[in-house]
Amino acid sequence: MTLADPSGRTPRDWLSAEGWLAGLARRSEAVAIPIMALIVGLAAFSIFLVFVGKSPSEFYSLVYRAGFGTSFSWQNTLSRTAPLLLAALCVALPARLGLVVIGGEGAIVLGGVAAGALAGAFSSWPGVIAIPLLGLAGAFVGAAWIGAVGFLRHARGVNETIASLLMAYIAIALMNHLVEGPFRDPASLNKPSTALLAEQLRLGNIPGWDVHWGLLIGVVLCVLSWLLIDRTTWGFAARIAGGNVKAAEVQGLPVGRLIIGFTALGGAFAGLAGVIEVSAIHGSANASLASGYGYTGILIAFLARHNPLAIIPVAILLAGFEASSGLIQRRMDLPDATVLVLQGFVFIAILLSDSLYGRFRIFAPERWRTA
Amino acid sequence: MTSYPISRRGMLKGAAALTGATALGTLPQIATADGHGLTVGFIYVGPKDDFGYNQAHAEGAAAVAEMEGVTVAEEENVAETVDVQKSMESMINFDSASLIFPTSFGYFDPHILEVAPKYPEVRFQHAAGLWSADEHPMNVGSYFGYIGLGQYLNGVVAGHISGTKKLGFVAAKPIPQVLQNINSYLLGARSVDPSITCQVIFTGEWSLAVKEAEATNALADSGCDVITCHVDGPKVVMETAAGRGLYVCGYHADQSPLAPELYLTGAEWNWPGVYTRMVQTVLDGGTIDNFDRGGLSEGYIKMSPLGPAVTDAARNQFEATMAKMMEGGFAAYEGPLMTNTGTEILPAGSSFVETDIALESMDYLVEGVIGSTS
Repeated sequence: MTLADPSGRTPRDWLSAEGWLAGLARRSEAVAIPIMALIVGLAAFSIFLVFVGKSPSEFYSLVYRAGFGTSFSWQNTLSRTAPLLLAALCVALPARLGLVVIGGEGAIVLGGVAAGALAGAFSSWPGVIAIPLLGLAGAFVGAAWIGAVGFLRHARGVNETIASLLMAYIAIALMNHLVEGPFRDPASLNKPSTALLAEQLRLGNIPGWDVHWGLLIGVVLCVLSWLLIDRTTWGFAARIAGGNVKAAEVQGLPVGRLIIGFTALGGAFAGLAGVIEVSAIHGSANASLASGYGYTGILIAFLARHNPLAIIPVAILLAGFEASSGLIQRRMDLPDATVLVLQGFVFIAILLSDSLYGRFRIFAPERWRTA
Repeated sequence: MTSYPISRRGMLKGAAALTGATALGTLPQIATADGHGLTVGFIYVGPKDDFGYNQAHAEGAAAVAEMEGVTVAEEENVAETVDVQKSMESMINFDSASLIFPTSFGYFDPHILEVAPKYPEVRFQHAAGLWSADEHPMNVGSYFGYIGLGQYLNGVVAGHISGTKKLGFVAAKPIPQVLQNINSYLLGARSVDPSITCQVIFTGEWSLAVKEAEATNALADSGCDVITCHVDGPKVVMETAAGRGLYVCGYHADQSPLAPELYLTGAEWNWPGVYTRMVQTVLDGGTIDNFDRGGLSEGYIKMSPLGPAVTDAARNQFEATMAKMMEGGFAAYEGPLMTNTGTEILPAGSSFVETDIALESMDYLVEGVIGSTS
């Protein structure tokens, strides 16, 4: 596809343009290759397990049982999915511009602190108004934090990967200072925290489930992000700039605004994740906010190839792996790092699979095109 | 033109492998925990071989695992997030655990309080002593030990051994628990020689090896010659201090293997004693007290065996002080006592005994401690 395609045809017109088989072949590639890579990664991990004297089939049946096998397992997995969706968006959105932002953890903790610090001011407000306001406040803080990374990148040429990572350390130190100092609830003796949120400011569970509303918020924002990237001129411009900044500038696209806008939006989602953690789980902001969701989000975004829709199933899969970590420790006497090793194998397999695109004849549309 | 080096046959093979893998995934036949007996869960916030807080609890779990009719389910590195909530529920759902010890302070509120009402038949025992009958469920209990007494005894030995009359303390966060340990360590040393001081450095985190090593080196550079600490895993502090030729006093668990010659003694948790007692209560059909505490005489804490460098004078005073503690009602904090910023804590003639509730909201360092809480 080029910008100047006179017919205005896009790959999405596959039904009319090239016959459904050809279109199906084209689209299958993006699904089949990651799934194959996933299976290769799992297979490689099985070899690793055999080397340490453990049974791969027992391992995978435990993962299935603890992550997806019972209704408790599903609720366990989905509870863990909620923050991962938003953390992954913080990586995936800037990635469409070719930026590798890995410091979403910083926006998560500061978004959480913002919610914890402001909650006192809303303690007599009804939840339907106050919770969205807290969400906006956290999103704003996150947007400013990661948006600053985008600004530094655009205005000063600072490498966004390093900058965002180092800023995450600063954010965590800042959070520790704030919850142990200015925002500390004097009643929180041995675990310094902000004051407890009023009951109506707590985000509850989706009715009938032991999963809080954060999951639904995450899914909706993933879908909206996909629409933004795939269905709007802003998203289109971002993809162009991500492909070739010079070309985008020549075309007159506002590259600076795109960079700052997309990093800020990603940061806003991460900040919101922090607010949801405080409102739904912790009930106050404290050091437990820095629990690594931002880093798992990096893995998810890469596995999803920065496609916001693909983030949803990938996040569920990884949350399922994490949900199974406990049962694996208890039943197989493997250390908790086992699941991290598994994630590493899958990650490497997916990265390697990038070189396979366009190399399988079966996915070539011309092979299926009706003459 | 693009080449397609991978044939359709290769693809078919891949598809076959995929089918096989899917079939593998549908074999959920796993034996659940034995239907008989009692399953006890233990959850740790860090690695269970950290030579510290978590190892001390894991040693308790190991002792419980030896008991007749008891199965132990353990999980390490469980974060104080939804992670611990689901770990507890997973132990209940998959292992039929009916007694769970989530051992980190931060597990209590909101996590244990969130899960406990859903499982009224399961008992949740939390290490910290926060339970109160007015606000918390009856199937939750809390327990903790007066380990400040152990740090006082560390201080007694350190006070005898120190040549520079300057002790060092590597601390995690300036919270009451930690401050009490620092103050007790100094007061123990001052019971030997009132001119002794103690320099404290806070690292800001429970587990941050690099800063712990830096802090230890800084204490060594400033002339401290007996080091102790309150961080989750004292291994780095012990090894760094011993590497600099300094004496060390342990904390949480026995660290003498890390510095056999320079290890004086250590304030250890005695979780094997506490946990086997509690599990035995359940096995006998009884109910564990919701609120349980103790010090040396109740078997909550113990001291590491004295090391080879400990002198006879130190040993005598150590044993005499310990004997006094065993009688109960020991007061490490006696007036007149000032903070290191000059505020009076206790006037002459008054004291805080080990069980005094005022000790649990401590927010000061006593006179003689060099350092600041903020």
